[in-house]
Amino acid sequence: MKVKVLSRNPDDYVRETKHDIQRVPRNYDPALHPFEVSREYTRALNATKLERVFAKPFLASLDGHRDGVNCMAKHTTSLSTLLSGSCDGEVKVWNLTKHECVRTLQAHEGFVRGMVVRYCGTSFFTVGDDKTIKQWKMEAPGYGEEEEPLNTILGKTVFTGLDHHQKEAVFATCGQQVDIWDEQRSSPIRSFTWGVDSFSAVRFNPVETELLASCASDRSIVLYDMRESAPLKKVIMTMRSNTLCWNPMEAYYFTCSNEDYNLYTYDMRYLKRPLTVHMDHVSAVLDLDYSPTGKEFVSASFDKTIRIFPKDGGHSREVYHTKRMQHVICVKWSSDSKYILSGSDEMNIRLWKANAAEKLGVLAPREKQARNYNQKLKEKFQHHPQIRRIAHHRHLPKNIYHQRKEQRIMKEARQRKERNVRKHSKPGSVPVVSEKEKHVVTVVK
Amino acid sequence: MASPGEAVVKESHVEKKKKPPARYWQESQEEVKDENKVDKGKNRAGEAALQKKTQKAKKRKQEEHQRDGKKFRSGKSDPFPGPAPVPQDRMQKFKRKDKMKKSRGQTYKLKDIISRTEEASEMSQKQAARVDLLLPEDAGFLEGDEEEDTCTISQQDIADAVDITSASKYFNLNLSQFGPYRVDYTKTGRHLLLGGRRGHVACIDWQSKQLMCEINVMESVNDVKWLHSETMYAVAQKKWLYIYDSNGIELHCIRKFNDVLRMQFLPYHFLLATVSATGFLQYLDVSVGKEVAAICTKTGRLDVMCQNPHNAIIHLGHHNGTVTLWSPNQKEALVKMLCHQGGVRSVAVDKTGTYMVTSGMDKKLKVYDIRAFKPLKSYFLPSGASCLSLSQRGLLSAATGDIVQVYRDVWSTPVTKPYMAHRVRGAVWGLHFCPFEDVLGVGHGGGFTSMLVPGAGEPNFDGLDANPYRSVKQRQEWEVKALMEKIQPELISLDPTQLGQVDRATFEQRHQDRVQALGFDPLAKGKFIPKHKKKGRSSAGSVEKRKKQVAHEDQRDVIRKTVEDKMTIEKERKERKKTTAALSNQKSALDRFKK
Repeated sequence: MKVKVLSRNPDDYVRETKHDIQRVPRNYDPALHPFEVSREYTRALNATKLERVFAKPFLASLDGHRDGVNCMAKHTTSLSTLLSGSCDGEVKVWNLTKHECVRTLQAHEGFVRGMVVRYCGTSFFTVGDDKTIKQWKMEAPGYGEEEEPLNTILGKTVFTGLDHHQKEAVFATCGQQVDIWDEQRSSPIRSFTWGVDSFSAVRFNPVETELLASCASDRSIVLYDMRESAPLKKVIMTMRSNTLCWNPMEAYYFTCSNEDYNLYTYDMRYLKRPLTVHMDHVSAVLDLDYSPTGKEFVSASFDKTIRIFPKDGGHSREVYHTKRMQHVICVKWSSDSKYILSGSDEMNIRLWKANAAEKLGVLAPREKQARNYNQKLKEKFQHHPQIRRIAHHRHLPKNIYHQRKEQRIMKEARQRKERNVRKHSKPGSVPVVSEKEKHVVTVVK
Repeated sequence: MASPGEAVVKESHVEKKKKPPARYWQESQEEVKDENKVDKGKNRAGEAALQKKTQKAKKRKQEEHQRDGKKFRSGKSDPFPGPAPVPQDRMQKFKRKDKMKKSRGQTYKLKDIISRTEEASEMSQKQAARVDLLLPEDAGFLEGDEEEDTCTISQQDIADAVDITSASKYFNLNLSQFGPYRVDYTKTGRHLLLGGRRGHVACIDWQSKQLMCEINVMESVNDVKWLHSETMYAVAQKKWLYIYDSNGIELHCIRKFNDVLRMQFLPYHFLLATVSATGFLQYLDVSVGKEVAAICTKTGRLDVMCQNPHNAIIHLGHHNGTVTLWSPNQKEALVKMLCHQGGVRSVAVDKTGTYMVTSGMDKKLKVYDIRAFKPLKSYFLPSGASCLSLSQRGLLSAATGDIVQVYRDVWSTPVTKPYMAHRVRGAVWGLHFCPFEDVLGVGHGGGFTSMLVPGAGEPNFDGLDANPYRSVKQRQEWEVKALMEKIQPELISLDPTQLGQVDRATFEQRHQDRVQALGFDPLAKGKFIPKHKKKGRSSAGSVEKRKKQVAHEDQRDVIRKTVEDKMTIEKERKERKKTTAALSNQKSALDRFKK
């Protein structure tokens, strides 16, 4: 007779001393783990619920400005520094970790219209309503020294926007025309005009560094090459674009925020129709900024909310609002892609988390593992109705909620009318125009 | 690939070595490598046929090859190049799904997602298979000498042959006063619960033989069951259902559950399923203490019950020979099977949810495939089996009178002889295999017998699921986790993987369901209510006219559709006529017989 009976040595399964951690022998045999899918589903549901429980995006409010915040600039080399310019011409430098203002300077008379930090991070430029461009040192002046700009250029017209080249000592301003300036000279090295109009924003492409784009008040977006004497091409839309932002990872793509409540992502090679129309705001979109990863962007709107959109999604994944936040004028996504900064009408700058439910600070390895596992589960079960309902639910202020509803009804009514018109007219005489094509008037080269 | 023997040694000032020292792997290594080659060759052929690998994967593979051939600085090459091979059967064990078919309509994004997930799952499958090789314990076995039947080997012989700890697992408890006994082990297999017919309830840490509590409920006891852990158990008494804790303190008396005869606990759902003498199947959620469902089965007294551990469906056996399958979500039985000619005496379902074993008054023991609901095997037992129990590794124990028989492989091969047999003192009333141990607990008229059945238990447990060696802290932590991922009773269905599959129901089907759920059709056209118009244009006549316009518009649609349908039918008819005419024009050999 040969016999063997299961007989385990407890020493192999129990910890030796109580200072050790417990032993956990594993066996991954699927037969020992029944209800795999249902248990994962339950975990995913729990993870989704917890995400909504922990979604507390608001971190801090930086107050100190004495008028609405009109523009902000990220520091190029320091994550904890932020510059902001207000409507009374004051510029403040903030320390974000301490949530305090470290320096204040009266830069202009009237609005500070634009602000940008030089790529090396040692100085910054401001433009204002007083028709000047000023260059300032990043360091505060020593004791007893007066706050004075390094350099002041007096222009002929009011400047409305400003951006600096990524690598060279060249910057661009916009106003009645788009000017390219050499830092050493007091007159522009190049000026671009195309029709009679004024520009509201100008941006250098961060990858193809010689390219620029600007938003004009004649509802067009104009593209330039700095090395050429004439603009490249422009696209005219049905409504005016306020600002635009290039995708930092994909050189061809840029997104513009429009007065018609939408944002449009374009491929600069094919301006005929936008790649994506991002809808959700219920009022004019005033500013946007891309995440440094290029996957998402944040938009600020006149409807007192900021929203986060995926770069290829038509609707926002997140909306941030507070009772006290008024029309949001400028917004920035921090360079570590973790925070969002918004400057609004009521003189405050607000600091938000980019992922509302994210835990701040250093995570323990097990926390990290749990987070990754939950992330994957949520992704896996995202289309299940129960989970989708919880994950997509956002509380909105009453007026925005009603406005959205109203606009949906209006849109439906328009569509119905169009359908009826098509039904009662000669077949083919009323063509179907897609939402993407609707907003582009022409492309001029 | 160079083998260590062929390694090129450069000319040097040192005298040439005659022969490298013999290594133990040198023989076996050749074989391994050959296997590797064959494996790889097969793999590559399969891959080439199946799909074009992505660029990255190719690159990685190349790098791997380079690493394979790379020599050490000493001039030797790696004797075991490349990753260790994983046997196919182990891989099969961890396989969840077949590879997706590539359809033509998929976008590049979807294709990318699918290929990525498939790659990841394959990797995890491989890793799990590798870990599987390292599991520490092997299953038990019992083999007789030549001409010796294993069923003739007595328990005492086995106990003498095995080590002292295992031998102590064979024991008898003489409890002749309050028997016969029902038996239950906890999920981890550490604790034993005994319930005597005449009111004696005892729970024991049976390995250390420590008595946790012993009470007499002073009522007849129909069934006992552990709840999710060893801290609580349920006792079905003469009238009501009671919950006690491990110190024997009565926690609850549940008056909603009366005349309970048998119970089953669904550990992942925290549900206690009970059947009663009045024909009710009731589910109690033990985590919140609420009755989830009460189903009137309308089949009279119910005292045969078991659960399918794979999908948490309850199987009930009836007097008319049928076995019915129940879930808490449906008032009707999911399935009714006629299994026996007499009444059903006992039912058991195996761990994987594939096989069901039933025994009936017709003295037969039948094996069914419950995925396809097909009978597989039928055996005749001289006096019929009163109790059945299946072990984790698929051994079947059947009690006939006072003899307990254990069978092996009842579903795959026709069995003629039992694997083991043992006579106990009194008729068997309860039978339960201990999880993760080679032990069968038998409750009978004379008390309780713990029997050694080599090869019954799963040798390697999962510490996060059911750990027999867990401490109190570990149990508490497990309890919290288990409660967090309690599966809702709504998710119980015949196929537990249903939730992970794509719902391909058609739009019409979904629409129908929605209509049924809502009670009205949300997409139905509403009644046309004409708008009120000013300047006298909303007179009764004009309103009627507008209504008619809309009605005509709808009618026009209908007419248009019917006309189109008619046209197509007409066309088809003409076509058919044409073809038949063409065929009739042809002369056939039989035409000459026409007049």
